[in-house]
Amino acid sequence: MIAEFGHFSLIIALCLAVLLTVIPLWGAWRHNSAAMALAPGLSMGLLVFSGISFACLATAFLQDDFSVEVVANNSNSLLPMWYKFSAVWGNHEGSLLLWILILAFWTAAVATFSVQLPLLVLARVLSVMGFVAVGFLSFSLFTSNPFARLLPGTPADGRDLNPLLQDPGLIIHPPLLYMGYVGFSVAFAFAIAALLGGRLDASWARWSRPWTNVAWAFLTLGIMLGSWWAYYELGWGGWWFWDPVENASFMPWLAGTALLHSLAVTEKRGLFKSWTVLLAIFAFSLSLLGTFLVRSGVLTSVHAFATDPERGLFILVFLGLVVGGSLVLYALRAPAVNSRVTFSWLSRETLLLVNNVVFLVATLTVLFGTLFPLLMDALGQGKYSVGPPYFNAVFVPLMALLIPFMGIGPVSRWKRDSATRWKAELLLPGLAALACGLTLPLLHADYNLWVALALVLAGWLFMGMLRDVWQRLRSAPSLWRGLRRTPASYWGMVMGHLGFAACVIGVVATSQYSIERDLKMEPGQSESLAGYRFEFIEVQGVQGPNYVADEARFVVSREGVEVARLAPQKRRYLASGSIMTEAAIDDGLFRDLYVAMGEPVGEQGAWAIRLHYKPMVRWMWLGAIFMALGGFATVVDKRYRRQRSLARETLNTGAARGAQA
Amino acid sequence: MHPVRKQRLIIVLLVVLFSSAAVGLMAYALRGNINLFFPPVEVLSGKAPVGQSIRVGGMVVEGSVQRSPDSLEVRFEVTDNQATVPIVYAGILPDLFDEGQGAVAAGVLDEQGVLHATEVLAKHDENYMPPEVADALEASKAAAAQAEEAKQ
Repeated sequence: MIAEFGHFSLIIALCLAVLLTVIPLWGAWRHNSAAMALAPGLSMGLLVFSGISFACLATAFLQDDFSVEVVANNSNSLLPMWYKFSAVWGNHEGSLLLWILILAFWTAAVATFSVQLPLLVLARVLSVMGFVAVGFLSFSLFTSNPFARLLPGTPADGRDLNPLLQDPGLIIHPPLLYMGYVGFSVAFAFAIAALLGGRLDASWARWSRPWTNVAWAFLTLGIMLGSWWAYYELGWGGWWFWDPVENASFMPWLAGTALLHSLAVTEKRGLFKSWTVLLAIFAFSLSLLGTFLVRSGVLTSVHAFATDPERGLFILVFLGLVVGGSLVLYALRAPAVNSRVTFSWLSRETLLLVNNVVFLVATLTVLFGTLFPLLMDALGQGKYSVGPPYFNAVFVPLMALLIPFMGIGPVSRWKRDSATRWKAELLLPGLAALACGLTLPLLHADYNLWVALALVLAGWLFMGMLRDVWQRLRSAPSLWRGLRRTPASYWGMVMGHLGFAACVIGVVATSQYSIERDLKMEPGQSESLAGYRFEFIEVQGVQGPNYVADEARFVVSREGVEVARLAPQKRRYLASGSIMTEAAIDDGLFRDLYVAMGEPVGEQGAWAIRLHYKPMVRWMWLGAIFMALGGFATVVDKRYRRQRSLARETLNTGAARGAQA
Repeated sequence: MHPVRKQRLIIVLLVVLFSSAAVGLMAYALRGNINLFFPPVEVLSGKAPVGQSIRVGGMVVEGSVQRSPDSLEVRFEVTDNQATVPIVYAGILPDLFDEGQGAVAAGVLDEQGVLHATEVLAKHDENYMPPEVADALEASKAAAAQAEEAKQ
């Protein structure tokens, strides 16, 4: 009964989404404010009914209702409670429902927090979001209904959730990722609304900027969690594989990063307007493309669910509709919004332009590498795969090229700046960065040129930022006043850039200094790795809630002092019989020690054992967290709040006047 | 020069500069870093290049997995039901690697037709089969059916 109720709610949600697409847009066209004023209410309705639908599916999972097909295929009565809940989005149908719920959430959020928007703009924005919702709701209802029943033939127990997904990281990774993915639909909706209205100005950029920043911050967190999960759960210590589905989330991130910076120019200087609109369309199209790649199973990937060509076709058509439609609109409307403002060679605008070009080129190279196998297959040229070496060879130099400009960015001035001023500002930080970069690798046993280069670049970002913060605070009457006077969006930028610097250090140091060894080890044997002694004590059988495991016990010591006890496991899940490696990690700011079990070797109780020493690997994720926090911080900036309170005052005085009359 | 034109020139120059750098990098990176998939039947008929990085995939032959007693070396065979290719790999196999299941190995073929794998990929969940393997099995089934027809 609950499943039918959920299905019914989903149908109502679709009807509401259709109304949301049609009525306010018609109202905007006809200047009918009653029709336009329906948009926020319809958005709320969409959220309520998708919420009910999602709650129904979650209930079916929690109550072990195996007559529902997705529950039977992806859950099991032995599964711990919280994994039953996260199993809701551990499958195609459920994750699509989560996508819809999050889209409805963003739509309702825009309806709630955008009281300052003119009704005309709000109606258009919500209509565009309603259109996206129609696409995904019909995709869910027509090709992948999560509430399909298995009647008759209800199994006694479910087939269990894929053991790889039975992990705390997977409880929050998809929701965060989707918050980011879907969040770009807001930027997209604002762009389309602006094109429809023919009004692209600084206020448009100011409205859409906080939304874009938040979406980007969520996407950053989502990608970071995915990478972290892969590191400890897949059992071989990798943290980024350039897997098509990782790329699918990374491409919107790259385009989104370009969008953030280009929005800054549009807001502050009224420049790059058409370009910003194009980027907003591009970022959201890449989100949709990502969905297509993941859901259609056209590419070999860790994330692929079982394939169904009908689904791929549906998303492809929807993608074509969205991209094609918005590009046509862009072609018709964009030239009307040309700007007359100028800037010189040496200016913040040029530096942000460099950012945009680099990120766009990076997006396109990743896109090319991801689609190349598809292209060759379609042309009948054979089945290629493009591996990490391609992506690394293209991506790493591009980022290295970016950083010198990135360091100048924060200290540069809008419109016109001078090289002598840059030199005066940045000579000292530059020299300091050079000194740090060249000396710090000496702390490590062998001098590594790549690490030195990374440290120079990261140091350049860090020192330049330090200098800029110091300049700002120095000119203030007191430290406290200076801190208060500095806007939140500035701190957001500082955190974002420093986070990026930490990422650079983490990525390069861990790639260059990691020591990885696969060994055959017997209990009682010990091995040395990077000055650590790993002693294999014993293997014991242990029992979990829904699995049995062989657990190896390791004692790690350094110069005779015990550092950690590690207990990696080899699990066999009871319901599906799948085997899973559970790595054991001793984490630290400067190094991780990683032990994973392979399979038993020979007759003497020996095992294949994977030992890793991974320096600075945490820096990458900490850096990503910093970047995301920076993204969130920009939103509390006073100027966005001022906008809102201003609008509320006008609204209140308007209401008061209405009451008096 | 007119300021607006100058500004456009900046934009165009930057775009040209960075995209040509990117195209150069891409051409360089693509040269050695893509590898082609071959089903076992094409490896046996000599279509696969020796000494180059390729991928070979199929079902792991039942009973073919042999582990060395004193190292991590593993030998196994993959088949598309028409031909089998022996594979040597030193390292830890993925969790879902098993006899009678689909697997793809990436590595270099030697003169004897043995693939020295640097990476072995198995399916990632119970219902999932690498598409290349599925296609290879499909093709070999079609070929077998044709041969059957020809016999009659």
